[in-house]
Amino acid sequence: MTFPVDTSPRFNQFAHGEALVSTEWVDANKGSKGLVIVECDEDILLYSTGHVPGAVKLDWHTELNDQVVRDYLTSEDMAKLLSSKGISREDTIVIYGDKSNWWATYAFWVLKLFGHEDVRIMDGGRAKWIAEGRELSKQTPEVIETSYPVVPRQDEKIRAYKEDVLKHFGKPLIDVRSPQEYSGERTHMPDYPDEGALRGGHIPTAASVPWAKAVNEDQTFRSIDELNQIYRLEAGINDAADVIAYCRIGERSSHTWFVLTYLLGIPKVRNYDGSWTEWGSAVRVPIVKGTEPGSIPQGY
Amino acid sequence: MNAAAKEILDTFSEVPDSSKLELLLEFADSLPELPERYSDHPELLERVEECQSPVYLFVEVDDRVHIYLTAPQEAPTTRGFASILQLALDGQTPSAVLEFEDSFVNALGLTQLVSPLRIRGMHGMLNRIKRQTKEKLNAGNS
Repeated sequence: MTFPVDTSPRFNQFAHGEALVSTEWVDANKGSKGLVIVECDEDILLYSTGHVPGAVKLDWHTELNDQVVRDYLTSEDMAKLLSSKGISREDTIVIYGDKSNWWATYAFWVLKLFGHEDVRIMDGGRAKWIAEGRELSKQTPEVIETSYPVVPRQDEKIRAYKEDVLKHFGKPLIDVRSPQEYSGERTHMPDYPDEGALRGGHIPTAASVPWAKAVNEDQTFRSIDELNQIYRLEAGINDAADVIAYCRIGERSSHTWFVLTYLLGIPKVRNYDGSWTEWGSAVRVPIVKGTEPGSIPQGY
Repeated sequence: MNAAAKEILDTFSEVPDSSKLELLLEFADSLPELPERYSDHPELLERVEECQSPVYLFVEVDDRVHIYLTAPQEAPTTRGFASILQLALDGQTPSAVLEFEDSFVNALGLTQLVSPLRIRGMHGMLNRIKRQTKEKLNAGNS
């Protein structure tokens, strides 16, 4: 840790509470050397309507993915991107965003693919900052370009591919999409062509836990007792040490990945970013329809 | 394509990609408030389910089409799209609305800058405007 952690007692309950900071903490520490605040929103125009003073914008849609291959940035491109945002390898990065930090945790996960050590989430995100009447700025900060090193991307620890999922049966899988997507009732939106998956349903044995169950109404994370109840008891993770989460393209599931890894402290959690847009179109993979998880398919 | 729609396309094509989002935000800021008869009666409005953020619309048809759209401040992209469609279609004749080219949405040049789901959301708004126009036209004729 390069920057003092937020010692709010509320964060002590979590396995890795140092990955969270409060809005108060950000307000008190913003502008400090070694700390970069990053806003990453689902609605990419929000940053321009006003943001935490000094925060830089990260655009999940145009900046984190390779624009040709369905993959994340290469190490070189990531180094360029972070340099252009004025971020150094030793910096503490605090990310926040709209919609209960949905996209903030996505950016967090992508940064962890590149092993950036000190990344934290502002609990409650943009909505809490605004609800508390804290200062918003429309000024884009002047960034002094850094030279972020080219570091190898390490997928294996926190990213699952389709082949990994096929080998994972028997260990917990969490489907974080809506109940309608889980059951297969909804494969596409009304009046629209299918948005990318040819079949509806879920991966056999996956428990359904829509991602937003992990947050309170004020968009902060739920307490450890509530999270244990939801994930360990209701979804049946119990004491399992190896979990895979998925959604449609891997964004909602990075929120759940964050919760399972940093708040519950499960040792190995991977995000299957191919998710339903890959699985639901792949040839000959097993699928279950309906509200029940289903059993381990024969031959696996 | 009608003059208002053409003007919007021209405005977008004249600015570089790096400024297109700022332009969209200007449209978002200029989305007119709902008239009282709708702001007091939200049940009259139709939810556009294709959009990730709550956006509601209502269409009135006489010899012209009148379009009312609302979306929350915390969803500026959605507001921007609503505002563009409102400007492009409000005050047009019913037949002009029904024949309005769907390609308008893609011609804005925003597809690379916002997510495909958002572009679908805008198509959803346009489809619903057309459907309501058709329904109200049929109701008026029967």
